[in-house]
Amino acid sequence: MEIAERRPLPLRLRRFRAGSLVPIVMLLAVLLVLIAVRQPNFLAPPSLLSFLGRSTPIILLAAGQYFVIVSGEFDLSVGSLVTAQVVVAARLIDSEPSRTWPVVALLLTFGILVGLINGLVTTRLRVPSFITTLGMFLILVGAVYLWSDGAPKGGLSEEFRRFGRRAFEDVPGLGRVQYALLVLLAVATAAVLLSRSDFGRTLVAVGGNPRTAELSGVRVWRAKTIAFVLSGLAAALAAILLGGYSGVSFQAGAGLEFAAITAVVLGGVALGGGRGSVFGAMLGALTLEMLFALLNFYGVSGALKSTVQGAIILLAVAVSSVRSTSR
Amino acid sequence: MSSALSMPARRASPGVFVALVLTLAIGWLVVAIDGGQLFSVPTTVSLLHVAAGLGLVAVGQTLVVIGGSLDLSVAYVISLSTLVAAETMGGDDAALLPGIGLALAVSAGIGLCNGLLVTKVKINPFIATVGVGLLLKGYLDNGYDGPAGRTAPALVQTLGYQRIGPVPLSFLLLLGVAGAAWFALARTRFGHHLIAVGGDPEVARLSGVRNSRVLVTAHVLCSLCAGLAGIYLASRLGSGAPRVGTEGLYDLESIAAVVLGGTALAGGIGGVAGTVGGVLLLAGIDAIFNQLEVDAFFKQVIRGVIIIAAVAVYAQRVRGRAAP
Amino acid sequence: MRRTITVLAVGTLLVLTGCATDEPATAPSAAASGPAGSGTGEQSKFFVQADYDRELALLDATPAGPDGKPWEQALQPTMVDTAKFKKAGPHKICFSNAGLNNPWRQVGFKTMQAEVDAQRSRIEQFVHIDAEGKDQKQIADINDLLGKGCDALIVSPNTTATLTPAVESACKKGLPVIVFDRGVDTTCPVTFVNPIGGYGFGHVAAEFVSGNMKPGGKVLALRILPGVDVLETRWSAAKVAFDKAGVNVVGVEFTDGDPAKTKKIVNDYLQRYGTIDGVWMDAGAVAVAAVEAFLDAGQPVPPINGEDQLDFLKLWKDRKLTAIAPTYPTYQWRTPVIAALKILDGEQVPSPWKLPQPTITQENLAQYADPDMPPLHYAMCGCTDLPGYPDRWK
Repeated sequence: MEIAERRPLPLRLRRFRAGSLVPIVMLLAVLLVLIAVRQPNFLAPPSLLSFLGRSTPIILLAAGQYFVIVSGEFDLSVGSLVTAQVVVAARLIDSEPSRTWPVVALLLTFGILVGLINGLVTTRLRVPSFITTLGMFLILVGAVYLWSDGAPKGGLSEEFRRFGRRAFEDVPGLGRVQYALLVLLAVATAAVLLSRSDFGRTLVAVGGNPRTAELSGVRVWRAKTIAFVLSGLAAALAAILLGGYSGVSFQAGAGLEFAAITAVVLGGVALGGGRGSVFGAMLGALTLEMLFALLNFYGVSGALKSTVQGAIILLAVAVSSVRSTSR
Repeated sequence: MSSALSMPARRASPGVFVALVLTLAIGWLVVAIDGGQLFSVPTTVSLLHVAAGLGLVAVGQTLVVIGGSLDLSVAYVISLSTLVAAETMGGDDAALLPGIGLALAVSAGIGLCNGLLVTKVKINPFIATVGVGLLLKGYLDNGYDGPAGRTAPALVQTLGYQRIGPVPLSFLLLLGVAGAAWFALARTRFGHHLIAVGGDPEVARLSGVRNSRVLVTAHVLCSLCAGLAGIYLASRLGSGAPRVGTEGLYDLESIAAVVLGGTALAGGIGGVAGTVGGVLLLAGIDAIFNQLEVDAFFKQVIRGVIIIAAVAVYAQRVRGRAAP
Repeated sequence: MRRTITVLAVGTLLVLTGCATDEPATAPSAAASGPAGSGTGEQSKFFVQADYDRELALLDATPAGPDGKPWEQALQPTMVDTAKFKKAGPHKICFSNAGLNNPWRQVGFKTMQAEVDAQRSRIEQFVHIDAEGKDQKQIADINDLLGKGCDALIVSPNTTATLTPAVESACKKGLPVIVFDRGVDTTCPVTFVNPIGGYGFGHVAAEFVSGNMKPGGKVLALRILPGVDVLETRWSAAKVAFDKAGVNVVGVEFTDGDPAKTKKIVNDYLQRYGTIDGVWMDAGAVAVAAVEAFLDAGQPVPPINGEDQLDFLKLWKDRKLTAIAPTYPTYQWRTPVIAALKILDGEQVPSPWKLPQPTITQENLAQYADPDMPPLHYAMCGCTDLPGYPDRWK
């Protein structure tokens, strides 16, 4: 959706990274200090690592969403994709350990396929991605309920669940190191490298000004489709970790699309495309998770949480938007 | 899109009406084969009631979408409006007008906030309205355990349940509001400016349109429509309901109705008549599937496909027209 | 320049927060908003002392009716005459359903369909409309059903207060109306079928948790959503029990029924307090996630309650937990069909029809923890004698 973001954009790639990370790092620092005041032992390596491990799925989704958003599109289907993946995995594995790896492969393929469809419908049929992925959201949720008669069946094997639940025990100096952390490290590295590659720069150019990019020989549709595929793949990985972490449920992915978009925007990426960094997006996700933990530590009433969340998002985005317009 | 200024807001409506007629005709046939009756009075009344609630929200949503913005806070505005109206009335007819007035005032205030966040603070409308929605959600979750207040009986008897033949009063209200919105878009300066702002904000600004003021007005009108939908729901439910807006998915459904009606999400193209067609199409599908007792999840899949397909068709037509 | 704009932004936000909390003149008492961590907070405005007393008394009552068929039993029944509804069969029975949007309702609806199949000789047609959890749609649905020539109408309301006018207008049509699960604020239906209710559930669970932990220990209360009447009553009864037992409720948190969120919350509380001595839940959906959070943290699982969902029962059995499972039995979905047929026969029926609400304890756990049923099946479905068991529920 190209809303209100149509101010003139530079023809050459701007050095977008510097500066745009400052607000999110500051916010993260403030949250860390607030947590440290209330809960000093949170900053000890074992609990910090455990926090990082459980935050991995949303960080992965934010990384995937970054590629889509920076190219000027939206992916509202990731939450439903996660739910669908977890439910499908449970039914196909049906507590049978030997089916774990084939199902993992299938889930990754499924994620890529959904991303591909989102991308092609958006770019080739020219349906705004908000609508494409909203439709995909309805289709996935409806289909998965339909397929499972409204209640998840089967079960995940311990082999499947260990990715999101187990850890290397007793690592010197660190204690428990969850498997999820390795996935996080690998994906984060890959995402940062990818965003700095030619493809990553092309994507930013496409989001900044599709027409100019098109004229300078970029195949816009291909770049955007790949972005959607990356988001689908990230959702598949997140689903594997999340299913492992918490088991089967229809709630597995509920609301994750909004969380991922919020995280990306908190991380200084402009909705509408053309500006932002994947590292910022992942920091945004971490910040969001830390905010929720902080609210737990300070005992903010469950019902009031959304108000605090809304206020902080608006404030953070307002500050960064005002910064960028006054520059 | 650049020709938005010269192209009035009527363009895309026929498509959705063709789809509507076809859907209802096929639906009528299938239901008849199944041994049912799609256009019996109770079914028609139910269909029009569902359409009235969604329609009021969707007409407002059309205005902001044409202006190139969108409003994802409407579901919470609706819930809040039912509560403000029902609690102010407290089951007393004498408090009817204050209740309606206060509900509309609160809604307009939220619309003003949305509009200012989008135009003055320059927050992307998606984030701005989701953020405002979260603030409202917290207020509702924290303050309410369930339905509260009591709608004035006079309102329940009229707006809630009164009908003329098979047409509920509320549907006439929708037609009235839609007519007013159509007039505003097609015949007033505000409407022309709104279409211009949605089509190309830069061009609009250069040709002397005060973009911010126009968009803020659109947001206020959108929230007012949501507030009106809330008042209607309060009259239907007999009390205020803190979750009626989100349960009804009025945020996403209203956007779906708007795009089904041929309004472009990017702004600048579209109109209210199409939106009313989109609303009737969604309500019609609901009614047909109800008669056939089709699984709700299957219906959701069909809806997803229809929404994508409809917008794809519009996109091809725009492209066909753009190519000389 | 930049500073002025920032000030403007903050100012706008303040205005915004201002209008977001624009309270109507007759604002309700903000309920249950006491700061978590300082105890149980204020009592829910859903709490009605008389109802609470009555439900707790019912927990010890002996049901009337056939043995071993709790869905046909009634507690302290008052019979009503239904001769005026007598009608020759076979019948057309219509059902306006609030929704099928959670496993409890899925299991229940399958049970109801099976009951209809078991009574096929007497039911010619069974019409079901799903309101998908929307009040507005259910009101329209009921109106729609009234035009279909139903012999009896069963309603499972989405929201008590808001569905009342629609149910009243259905009663005026003269056909027998049977309401179950959530009630309505009118006595016009012939009967209202439901089990003892939320106070009983919350009370049994809280008594068990506080009775099996060390005195003055720390309890974490996990709730699904605020504002749902059935769940509010569960919590309000638990609050009374916890206040009386003098335990320290360190947190009341909402999980949205999301297992991942549940594990995170439990994790944060373990970190904040070191240990948690008891967990109370208002519904079983995320009980397994809560138990896993303790297991993953390498901590002993404290006394906990779940519900009769099989994933929890299996885990309880395998891990030998100190646990209890009060139920909100899905067999109540059979009763409205049975009631409708009785009414159409002109037989007397109990009104209200209070069903027994059994609790699964260590003693009878083995009887319910059937390893062959799917993880989200509800064991208290009373469906083992129905046509199509067990495949229909798998």
